Amino acid sequence: MKYPALIFLLSLLVAVLFALSLVIGVIEVGPIESLVALFRDSEGPLSIVMREIRLPRALLGVMVGVSLGLSGAAMQGYLRNPLAEPGVIGISASAALGAVIALQSGFSALFALALPLSALTGAATCVILILLLAGRGGGTLSLILAGIAISALASALTALVLNLSPNPFAANEIVFWMMGSLADRSFLHVWTALPVMALGWLLLSLTGRGLDRLTLGEEAAASMGVDLKRLRLILVAGVAACVGAATAVAGAVGFVGLVIPHILRPLVGARPARLLLASALGGAALVLIADVAVRLILPGRDLKLGVLLALVGAPVFFHLIWRMRGQP
Amino acid sequence: MSLLSVQNLSVRRGARLTLDRASFSVEPGEFVGLIGPNGAGKSTLLRAALGLIPAEGDSSLARLSPAARAKAAAWLPQAREIAWPVSVVHLVSLAQNERQDATEVIAALTRMDLMTYAERPATRLSGGEQARVLIARALAQDTPLLLADEPTAGLDPAHQIGTMQTFAALAAEGRGVITSLHDLGLAARHCTRLIVMSEGRIVADGAPRAVLTEALLAEVFAIRCHLSETPEGLVVQPLAQIVPGAQHG
Repeated sequence: MKYPALIFLLSLLVAVLFALSLVIGVIEVGPIESLVALFRDSEGPLSIVMREIRLPRALLGVMVGVSLGLSGAAMQGYLRNPLAEPGVIGISASAALGAVIALQSGFSALFALALPLSALTGAATCVILILLLAGRGGGTLSLILAGIAISALASALTALVLNLSPNPFAANEIVFWMMGSLADRSFLHVWTALPVMALGWLLLSLTGRGLDRLTLGEEAAASMGVDLKRLRLILVAGVAACVGAATAVAGAVGFVGLVIPHILRPLVGARPARLLLASALGGAALVLIADVAVRLILPGRDLKLGVLLALVGAPVFFHLIWRMRGQP
Repeated sequence: MSLLSVQNLSVRRGARLTLDRASFSVEPGEFVGLIGPNGAGKSTLLRAALGLIPAEGDSSLARLSPAARAKAAAWLPQAREIAWPVSVVHLVSLAQNERQDATEVIAALTRMDLMTYAERPATRLSGGEQARVLIARALAQDTPLLLADEPTAGLDPAHQIGTMQTFAALAAEGRGVITSLHDLGLAARHCTRLIVMSEGRIVADGAPRAVLTEALLAEVFAIRCHLSETPEGLVVQPLAQIVPGAQHG
């Protein structure tokens, strides 16, 4: 498939799923009527439901999906490893730790944005730690080792917070938050996450040229004019902005950044730069599908987005490993 | 003007000098062969000259920004890494901002005998074919100077000779080429100049006939060689290892 055709089809898919996400909800109203109510004031609460509940949810679905898909493609391209994912450098674990501390301490109840801002603080702390630990060079190995170490520490601290939780309700809240969800979000969340995510999208869109050249290894890329230190800095900052903001508004949502680049890679001729935009759109489509699915499968049970994605993502991961078995 | 000028270049690894005050320059039209036993510092010299690893001393290429260096010199690392199954023509076009129809890309593919593979995924090719693809990528960069680290390793004899002839042709066009290699026969026949390294130091530098003597080969490589002038040029054939302590004569 030609690249422009692929991008067109993926965009179309995202648009259709966005509309689908808007018309599915608790209130039983026809799809046309729902969409009309979005633009024109309706009698009764439908317009408010559409504009204040479903629209931000669908928008967040797109934003979170774009962020995770794009970060996954950039991370795999940078590390030249199809098993890499945005979480590998510890951003998601650190953002989750920030959020968990906010939930545990009661800080999250003080004002609406306390939780997402704490998560973003966690992500920012992680970036600073990574850059300190990995040094100022341009190597990938030191980056991944620093990421693993920070990830392990953040997970341990999260477990400690849960362990010391004063009452079961706080622990319960933390556990449910960590499963990831887009339910009951508002435009406040959209406006909090959008500037950070947009910065991340911009930064990661600058990495394409360097990622393409990294196909030939770090030395060859450097000799072709890639500034490896600059590339690593942009990549870490971009992934942190994307994943930090996504975790801040949606909780821990895994597998999107791992699975989507893997599925789309053969369709873009395996070129890392082209995979960025394709994975951004693919990520949006996957999160929208999953968020529609959690509303349809168990409407009354509040099935979590992260749980569903893990259930879908793990088998794809198995498939990936199965196909790689026996290769050197 | 020199294409590359290196003055007192040293590389430290811990307390050890893996490169010890190397100085040389490469002029247009030169095809320099860099020879020496394993661990002599050949790769270190090339990488330090490019500024890819930290070094003391001065190299004209290491002073440049990555973008300016990419226009001044192409580099073919020894590690033949192709991370993704991208097409051969895309891989080669990376040297020309992904312009797959650039004349430099077509010329490089033609020169390395790869036009029939252009659309194939590079990772599906054999090791030797991949090596040729990577050489083509370096050629497509169309720089005045080419540095290559053991480009002929793993190639069949025909393509080893073909690669050396390609590099010699680049030099004849007025470019400079410096390549490390282990095959003394190829080095003697095709290079215009040889730099010999031993234990981090440059121990000889000059025309192949001046450098390749029985005494030097015994001293640096610990081998006994058959050296002869033929109508085809200088022929070097390693014959036997010289075992320390078992020397005679």
